[in-house]
Amino acid sequence: MSVATSADAGARDLSVEIPPRRGNRRRWTSYILPTYSWLVIVYLLIPIAFMVLYSFNQSSSRLPQVNYKWEGFTTRWYQQWNGIPGLADAFFLSIKLALATTVVAAILGTLLALALVKYRFRGKAVTEQTLFTNIAAPEIVLGASLLGFFITLNLPLGFTTLLLAHVMFSIAYVTITVRARLSGYDMNVEWAAQDLGATPWVTFWKVTMPLIYPGIMAGALLAFALSIDDFVTSSFVAGNSTTFPLWVYAAIRVGIPPQVFVFGTVIFTVGVVVAAMNLVSQGRRKRRDEAARRKAEEAPEENVIDIESEFNVAVR
Amino acid sequence: MTDDPIIDPSLLRGLTQSRFTRRDLFRYAGVAGGALGLSAFLAACGTKGVATGSGGAGKPNANMGDAAWWGQQTLHKTLDFDNWPYYMDIGPNNSHPSLDEFTKKTGIKVNYTENIQDNPSYWNQHIFPQLSHGQSQGHDIIVLTNNDYPLGYMLNFGWAIPLDHGSMPNFDKYASKLVTNPSYDPGNTYTMAWQSGYTLIAYNTKYIKDEITTVDVLWDPKYKGKIGMFGNASELGCLGLLAIGKDPATSTPADWTAAAAKLQEQKPLVRSYYDQDYIKALKSEDTWISMAWSGDIFQAGIQGYDTLKTAVPQEGVMFWTDNMLMPYTASNPKDAMTYMDYVYDPKVQAVIEDYNNYVCPVPSSKGIIGTELHDPAVANSPLVFPNAAMVAAAKPYYQWKNTQDLKTWNDTFQPIYLG
Amino acid sequence: MVLFIVPMITMVSLSLSTCDPITLACQNTWHFAEFRQVVQQYHTQLLRAIVYAGVATVIDLAIAFPLAYWIAFYGGRKKNFFLLMLLVPFFVSFVIRTTAWQFLLADQGPILQPLKSIGLLPENYHVLATWIAVVAGLAYNYLPFTALPLYVALERIDRHVVEAAGDLYSNRRSVFMRVIFPLAIPGIFAAFLLTFVPAAGDFVNASILGGTNTTVIGQIIRSAFLDNSDYPAASALSAILMAAMLIGIFLYAKVLGSRTIEEYI
Repeated sequence: MSVATSADAGARDLSVEIPPRRGNRRRWTSYILPTYSWLVIVYLLIPIAFMVLYSFNQSSSRLPQVNYKWEGFTTRWYQQWNGIPGLADAFFLSIKLALATTVVAAILGTLLALALVKYRFRGKAVTEQTLFTNIAAPEIVLGASLLGFFITLNLPLGFTTLLLAHVMFSIAYVTITVRARLSGYDMNVEWAAQDLGATPWVTFWKVTMPLIYPGIMAGALLAFALSIDDFVTSSFVAGNSTTFPLWVYAAIRVGIPPQVFVFGTVIFTVGVVVAAMNLVSQGRRKRRDEAARRKAEEAPEENVIDIESEFNVAVR
Repeated sequence: MTDDPIIDPSLLRGLTQSRFTRRDLFRYAGVAGGALGLSAFLAACGTKGVATGSGGAGKPNANMGDAAWWGQQTLHKTLDFDNWPYYMDIGPNNSHPSLDEFTKKTGIKVNYTENIQDNPSYWNQHIFPQLSHGQSQGHDIIVLTNNDYPLGYMLNFGWAIPLDHGSMPNFDKYASKLVTNPSYDPGNTYTMAWQSGYTLIAYNTKYIKDEITTVDVLWDPKYKGKIGMFGNASELGCLGLLAIGKDPATSTPADWTAAAAKLQEQKPLVRSYYDQDYIKALKSEDTWISMAWSGDIFQAGIQGYDTLKTAVPQEGVMFWTDNMLMPYTASNPKDAMTYMDYVYDPKVQAVIEDYNNYVCPVPSSKGIIGTELHDPAVANSPLVFPNAAMVAAAKPYYQWKNTQDLKTWNDTFQPIYLG
Repeated sequence: MVLFIVPMITMVSLSLSTCDPITLACQNTWHFAEFRQVVQQYHTQLLRAIVYAGVATVIDLAIAFPLAYWIAFYGGRKKNFFLLMLLVPFFVSFVIRTTAWQFLLADQGPILQPLKSIGLLPENYHVLATWIAVVAGLAYNYLPFTALPLYVALERIDRHVVEAAGDLYSNRRSVFMRVIFPLAIPGIFAAFLLTFVPAAGDFVNASILGGTNTTVIGQIIRSAFLDNSDYPAASALSAILMAAMLIGIFLYAKVLGSRTIEEYI
């Protein structure tokens, strides 16, 4: 059962809770740390709260600008969400770009992480160094060099160049996240699966993927956040298209229309909903996993027999 | 599981053979792509610039803009107009009534965008990379100011389409003397003014009770930490020159150094060097006195910030013009010409002017704004329709003779706000 | 990878080129003097950027470590929820966030005004347009970049090891100092890296929240590219910035131990 055990350890959620002891420890873990963490989260949310609040602010000036003095509650800006020309387009462009980047970067990044962890190949060291330098390079350097590169190649600046640029810096983050997840996991699991007759494809889907799935999700989420909020690199390679951050930065100089806060609130709400949904599905999944595990534990004998007979068949 | 089992050879093969997986494919593709890119790149180390002289990528057709060429142009019923923000009248639902009127009258649909934030970054992001490779930058009309280098480059590189002087009746009839035959574009070969403006001093009467007569008020230690200046080499430099009593248009590099020294003296008193967001600092009372653009203060007053006032110091104020021009990659030149001339109709100009309150290029609109639009405040303002005093106070900017000149100017003044 | 290597080479090549100012055509002339010149001119801004980024990173590490620790060890089922809540504010464009801070930190704004009226602060005290605002902005904006790697590292620590340590050592503090913290060092390193590097090149915080003597190297590079079209100078500055990052990081890794950098990432 040794193979199964290590697989189990790899797959099991490592957050076995250390039972709180009496005294000091209890005070730290039950009160101080949680309070502190919630405070940090609140601190992170302060400007967001401001944004959400002021998206409902009445404005009496004839210019479409956020009114920094509170004048009254209104949902007018939500009804007129499409009122500012160019803003809605910039918003949807950003969303499209972020989704595309996330998908491409997740796929490529995962493949790259797998390659780096499992294989030795010529150029592996170079790839790793490049990955590292990619993170180490400040965005302004990346943006400027990409601009020069695209110009030299005569590539028209627009959605394509934006996508290429975003994918480029996202891949590194995805790779790192997936690799972090991968390096804690035991290769033997894969070999065991292949010994049992699984083709590489099946191994990948049924064994590797579930194990690294949280890493991929984390990396994808990071890629999405990076892409949707990217300003510096985009400002260099966007050409004539405008992404949401670019639009808002430009508007900052003269005054942001309230619809910007509306869009910001929408993104934020969607994010919170996703987080909440995740919480709920976590609960459900945990319960399902526990039920499955209980079932498996109830019939250990069968498992042992299966492996032995499988091996006999294969070895003959 | 005790004896040494006889292993099926096929199993052995399967276990030991390396499989060509998707990952291998990717790896090889990546390495190959990298090698390819690298070699191609090392072969051509360098970027193409603008080809000067005749021909070459990035130079428009030599016939572009002459009478025969214009004769061949037709209306395409569509127009892409890129402008600065808050420069076009705004109606209900954030529409632009004057543009809608134009569409109704001529059938030309206008795609209006406001991408221009400042001249240099617009040049470096939206003009130079595209036009130097012959690619379209996406607009038929753009608006550049004469107080910075991009306009000069556009005209010197020959990247603007010469105007069709046969189709500018409104301009010929109604344009103000201030914008006709400017020094940066003799005979209005390429440009027509959109609006002009003054760079002057704005102050908050809530905190500043004294009368303002000289630019030296910006050096007054009384207002330490509450002074706003422009973080722009040409604006800052010209103000410095005014402060040492020199006329910017005829200044010499020695003058620039002296002006820079004076500006350095001021630095501990300055709150920050702003771009267009100086107006926010004034409104939020982070600054009490600041360099400013005339129209912004006007608009702020209408928004309710009635303690913000402008002052015209005795040394003078800078007078700049934002100009409409057509990049050579414009796809609808005739529609562009139609619009550019349309704006010089006094009635049309009155509507636009009433909104943005900068210096109007059509003096005849004054009457219309006063009577039909019932806005005597705008009509009678010397900042919108300059009187003789304003015309005398207005100073033109320094025109750089060549790029070395520009570099010297920048090297003199940029360290003040970038240092 | 192509997308990364080639532009890097372009940049280095540009920094060694001379560009004809009129036509803006550039040829690689191995003009090394450019480097010396830009360093002479802008070393103050470079240092400032590094110092601001360093301070902000230390602040972030201090804030993020307890948070990451708590989520990793005690988060339980709600772990992902907290992580998401950490990230979600950053879906909203950082321009909006920074503007919000600009409003909140304004001289007469909702934070300073009450403090001034009860006399805790002098009347003309201001936070904006000082280095404090810039560092605070940097610390705020890069917090998730610190928290996430810390969390990943802490989460991977095998709980059995911690339990064993608990059995071996008498108090919780020993467990922490001798077991958890050393195991977390790779994560701290990664967090430092992912926070410090972008922060050093950041220019938006300095330009929106800063004042006259808070100019950082990011603003210079941006100005060189976008205002002056001075590609050689801008490329040289970028190359120097990157080199400074790389050198600093290698040194730091050496201090931490002889592992290769890649193992930390």
